Amino acid sequence: MGRIVLENVSKSFGDTQVIPPLSLTIEDGEFAVFVGPSGCGKSTLLRLIAGLEEVSGGSIVIDGTEVADVPPAKRGLAMVFQSYALYPHMTVRKNIAFPLRMAKMTQSDIDARVNQAASVLNLNDYLERKPGQLSGGQRQRVAIGRAIVREPSAFLFDEPLSNLDAALRVGMRMEILELHNKLETTMIYVTHDQVEAMTMANKIVVLRAGVIEQVGSPLELYRSPRNKFVASFIGSPKMNIFEGDEAKKHNAHSIGIRPEHIDVVKSNGEWQGTVGVAEHLGSDTFFHIHNTGLSEILTVRAIGDVNLRNGDTIHLNPRADDFHRFDEKGLRIT
Amino acid sequence: MAIVAQHSKFSKIAMPVLAWVVALIFFFPIFYMLLTSFKTDADAVKPEFLFSFTPTLENYTNMTDNYDYWRFASNSVITSVSATIFALVVGVPCAYAMAFDPSRGTKDILMWMLSTKMLPAAAVLYPMIFLTKSIGLFDTHFLVIMVLSLINLPIVIWMLFTYFKDIPKDIIEAGKMDGLNTWGEIKEILIPLAWGGIASTALLTFIFCWNEAYWTVRLTTIDAATLSKLIEGNRAPEGLFFGRLSAVSTAAVGPIVVLGWFCQKQLVQGLTFGAVK
Ligand SMILES: Nc1ncnc2c1ncn2[C@@H]1O[C@H](COP(=O)(O)OP(=O)(O)O)[C@@H](O)[C@H]1O
Ligand SMILES: [Mg+2]
Repeated sequence: MGRIVLENVSKSFGDTQVIPPLSLTIEDGEFAVFVGPSGCGKSTLLRLIAGLEEVSGGSIVIDGTEVADVPPAKRGLAMVFQSYALYPHMTVRKNIAFPLRMAKMTQSDIDARVNQAASVLNLNDYLERKPGQLSGGQRQRVAIGRAIVREPSAFLFDEPLSNLDAALRVGMRMEILELHNKLETTMIYVTHDQVEAMTMANKIVVLRAGVIEQVGSPLELYRSPRNKFVASFIGSPKMNIFEGDEAKKHNAHSIGIRPEHIDVVKSNGEWQGTVGVAEHLGSDTFFHIHNTGLSEILTVRAIGDVNLRNGDTIHLNPRADDFHRFDEKGLRIT
Repeated sequence: MAIVAQHSKFSKIAMPVLAWVVALIFFFPIFYMLLTSFKTDADAVKPEFLFSFTPTLENYTNMTDNYDYWRFASNSVITSVSATIFALVVGVPCAYAMAFDPSRGTKDILMWMLSTKMLPAAAVLYPMIFLTKSIGLFDTHFLVIMVLSLINLPIVIWMLFTYFKDIPKDIIEAGKMDGLNTWGEIKEILIPLAWGGIASTALLTFIFCWNEAYWTVRLTTIDAATLSKLIEGNRAPEGLFFGRLSAVSTAAVGPIVVLGWFCQKQLVQGLTFGAVK
């Protein structure tokens, strides 16, 4: 079980309020991702749940128990840190066994669990090494191993992949997801990378300056962002958002349309402009388009390798159903 | 290119030469003391016997026969070891708290601790003597141990603090998540990871305690008198008993020089606050 309920939780460091009162429920077995720009309070929120920081107000309830007075280790949560935070003076085996030793388990139980975790994570050959002798990816696995042996009711990950190179990151992402499918344990995952959030989450919590901007499934956020911030934060490349006459035509203060919702046509497009930078990825091509008469440079995705060059004129048709409309406050108009 | 090569050639030869010269200048007084300790008091002041003389152990036998060297030595060991241990027992938790759970005042407290070293010891000498005499602590091991550890505590805390600060906070927090309480964090993580730093600190504190003279000479008479007191007791008008004084001094600094020789690396690390790794 791992249902986590935050009610009006707030946090201040001295006089600065980092998290204004905030409420959030994470259901048992969910993969929740906290995403937002760096410094928005994701780690702080995670550390409040973990018990590494004390709440300034409100309550945190884990599986029906108010945990304000429960020390971190007794909350039944396991945490994986960005820096891995392995014990450098202990072998991999001792690192993984450590929480079990602290829980005063018998040696045979400890051995059984450590060996099982090691084979799940492909660490069998490294058990007698020290963390300093491992690669980044292996260290990350050890950190995860140390978390899973405890059989926690929820896992907390704080940007666990940001110290890995891109290729390894994609691999580890899949491993963590497979782990989640197998264990079916609640996971809370913090990242500033919206791609990570979109690919991993059941539930995304978008944060800005300690405030929850929106909570929803990846597709909910993609399809109906509640405001301009979420609209431009989720999705890559970013949604095109502009104001002015084009927005007025749609009875909105500003409107947005994603690069993938604009079609490139041969002639007589609703919009036209000149091609600036073209990013050829093979499967897709991203065009940056100037001189459209819109208030911003436009980004457009064309499928496949479209043969247009810098300076060429391009004709475009935005899909009418895919416009997002926002009012003066940046809130979505439905 | 040529200039660079010449430069490095110059430093390759000149630097070691310079180092040796400095080392010899510093070592000479100790060497001279050692030499003098094997001369009779009469020979000691005569320049013609500077290097050629008939060595004698008289000064050393005299010291153990007449002055009870071993009592002073054991007092030095007892007080220095105990003061070092006490300073660490207080200093480790203190530095730990300041390194991993700092408050707004932490920096100020550290500065204040250091500032206590700026008070001239002479300013509190007479109050200390009267006070300790009136409460019966004068010339006791307990008093010497307390004084030695307290005067070294600021340095101990500063050194430990700088070592502890190098340990990532995440590791301590991982320990918290894994079920460690504060004492467990210190025992299972802090001490193993900062072992080198703690050892350097201990060594340096021990040496400071052993060499301390101002307070140990003035706050003891017989019972708790250390080797510093023994040397002080052999003080005499210039030229008298040089051989004897040298023997006493050699016997007092000997243990610490030997210790220092074997622990050079730790000492350098300690004295530079871990800057040299
Ligand atoms: N221990 C602390 N003391 C003071 N301010 C802090 C502390 N920890 C975090 N903050 C501040 O809280 C804000 C949120 O930090 P954090 O939760 O680490 O952001 P994120 O993980 O989203 O990048 C930042 O402005 C940061 O400076
Ligand atoms: Mg963070």
